[in-house]
Amino acid sequence: GVGLTAMSRPAAAQDALEPNTWEEITSYNNYYEFGTGKEDPARYAGSLITEPWSVKIDGMVDRPGDYDFQDILSEMTVEERIYRFRCVEAWSMVIPWNGFELADLLSMAGVQEGAKYVAFETAYRPEEMPGVRFPILEWPYREGLRLDEAMNPLTIMATGIYDRPIPNQNGAPLRLVVPWKYGFKSIKSIVRITLTEDEPPTSWNMSNPREYGFYSNVNPNVDHPRWSQGSERLIGGGLFSKREPTLMYNGYEKEVSSLYEGMDLAKNY
Amino acid sequence: MQPVNQILRKIPVWGVYLLGALPAPWLLYLAVTGGLGVEPIKALEHELGELALQLLILGLAVTPLRRHLGLNLMKFRRAIGVLTFVYISLHLLTWLVLDVQLPSQIWADIVKRPYITVGMAAFLLMLPLAVTSNNWSVRRLGPSWRKLHRLVYPAAILGALHYVMLAKGFQIEPLIYLVIILGLLVLRLPIPSLLVRWRQVDSA
Repeated sequence: GVGLTAMSRPAAAQDALEPNTWEEITSYNNYYEFGTGKEDPARYAGSLITEPWSVKIDGMVDRPGDYDFQDILSEMTVEERIYRFRCVEAWSMVIPWNGFELADLLSMAGVQEGAKYVAFETAYRPEEMPGVRFPILEWPYREGLRLDEAMNPLTIMATGIYDRPIPNQNGAPLRLVVPWKYGFKSIKSIVRITLTEDEPPTSWNMSNPREYGFYSNVNPNVDHPRWSQGSERLIGGGLFSKREPTLMYNGYEKEVSSLYEGMDLAKNY
Repeated sequence: MQPVNQILRKIPVWGVYLLGALPAPWLLYLAVTGGLGVEPIKALEHELGELALQLLILGLAVTPLRRHLGLNLMKFRRAIGVLTFVYISLHLLTWLVLDVQLPSQIWADIVKRPYITVGMAAFLLMLPLAVTSNNWSVRRLGPSWRKLHRLVYPAAILGALHYVMLAKGFQIEPLIYLVIILGLLVLRLPIPSLLVRWRQVDSA
C-alpha cells in the first residue's frame, strides 16, 4: 500500500546531469566514524557489518518498532534519482542514487498528529568503527529535518548507487539524501528514526553552532565563517578543474524554496 | 653521537637540497596521474603544507638536538630552512592558482578568514628569512642576522595554528604539530640554567 506512484518524479531536470564515476563517488567520502581523511572511509568501512540491519522507528508514530531492513525494502518502491551533492566543504558531485521516498517510510510507521521534526541516528559501533575512538564529534552521529522537509518528494532514503547496493563508505545499507542541503545533513547508516515535537539536536550544530546551523540549506549567499560558499569544485575535473558557481538550494530552488518562505536565511543557516 | 656526527659531516649539503626537493615533482606527478585521489587540488595543497610543517619542525629541532643529544645537524640547517620556505611557497601557490583561482576571492579570503590570515602572516614572516639565507647577508647583517631569524619562532606557531584552525571537528593531528612546535620552542627557554641557578641559591 505504500508503493510509489508514477506522479512523484520531481527532478525532471535530472536527466541533464552527468553523474560522477563509481570510482569517484566511492573513493572520496566524509564518514568520520572511519577517519577524517577522504580516503579513510573507503579503506576502513569494510568492517561495518550491515547484515542483518534494523531501523528503530519511534517517537510520535502509530507503529513504533524495530523494522528489519529487508522488510522495509520489500515494502518500498526503489527508483533512480540523479542528484547533485554539495558538501559544506565546497566540493560537489552528481550521484545516481537508488532509493525510496522518506515520506513512504514515514507513512509506513504512521506519523502522529503533532509531530514536527524527524531525528536520525547513525550506528555507533566502536568495534567496527575505528574513527569513533576520537572525540571528533559527539557520537553517535545525529541529524534532523523539519517534518515538511522530510515529506518533500525530493527527500529519499538511498539504498544503492548505480543500481548496486550502496557501499559501506557511502552509508550502507540505508542513508538519507536531502539534495538541497549540505552533504552532512544526509546522514549515513541509519539505525534510528524518531518523530518529535521539538527540533532535535544535530551533530555538527552541537559541535559548532556558529558554523553549522540546523537547516544547512545550500546557499551561495551565506558563507561558512571559514570559507566562501559562493562557488564549488565538481569532483573529477583533475588538477586544473575550474570552480563553478554554487546554485541556490543546490539547484532545487523551484522544488523547495516554498518551505522557507518568510524565513531569514542568514539567521536560519 | 661522535660516529653519527662523523658520518653526517661527510654528507654534502647539496645532497640534502636534492633529497628535500624530490617530494615536489613526485607529488605533482601523483596529482596529475590520479595518485592523490579524485580531488588532487586539495590533496596537493594539504601534502605541501604538511611537508612544510614537518621541515619547519626539523629546522627547529637542530639546536635542541645538538644541545641535548650532541647530534650536529648545523651544517644542514640553512638547507632545511630554504626547503621549508620552498614548500610553504608551493603550498601558497597551489592555493592561489589551483584552489581559489579568483583574484577577487583571494584578497577577500585573506582579510575575512582568520585561518588564512594566520597562514599568510606566517608566510610573510618567513619571507625576509628566505631572502637573507645566504653568506653575504649573514656577513652584512652581523649580529642582527640572528635576531632577524628568530622570526621563525612566531612563524612556526602561526603555521601550526593555521593547521589547527582549518580542521573540522576536534582533530588530533593538527594539535600534535602545534604541541611539537611549542615543545621545541620551550626547549630554547633558558630553563635548565635557571634551575641550576636556583639550586645554587638553595645550597648557598
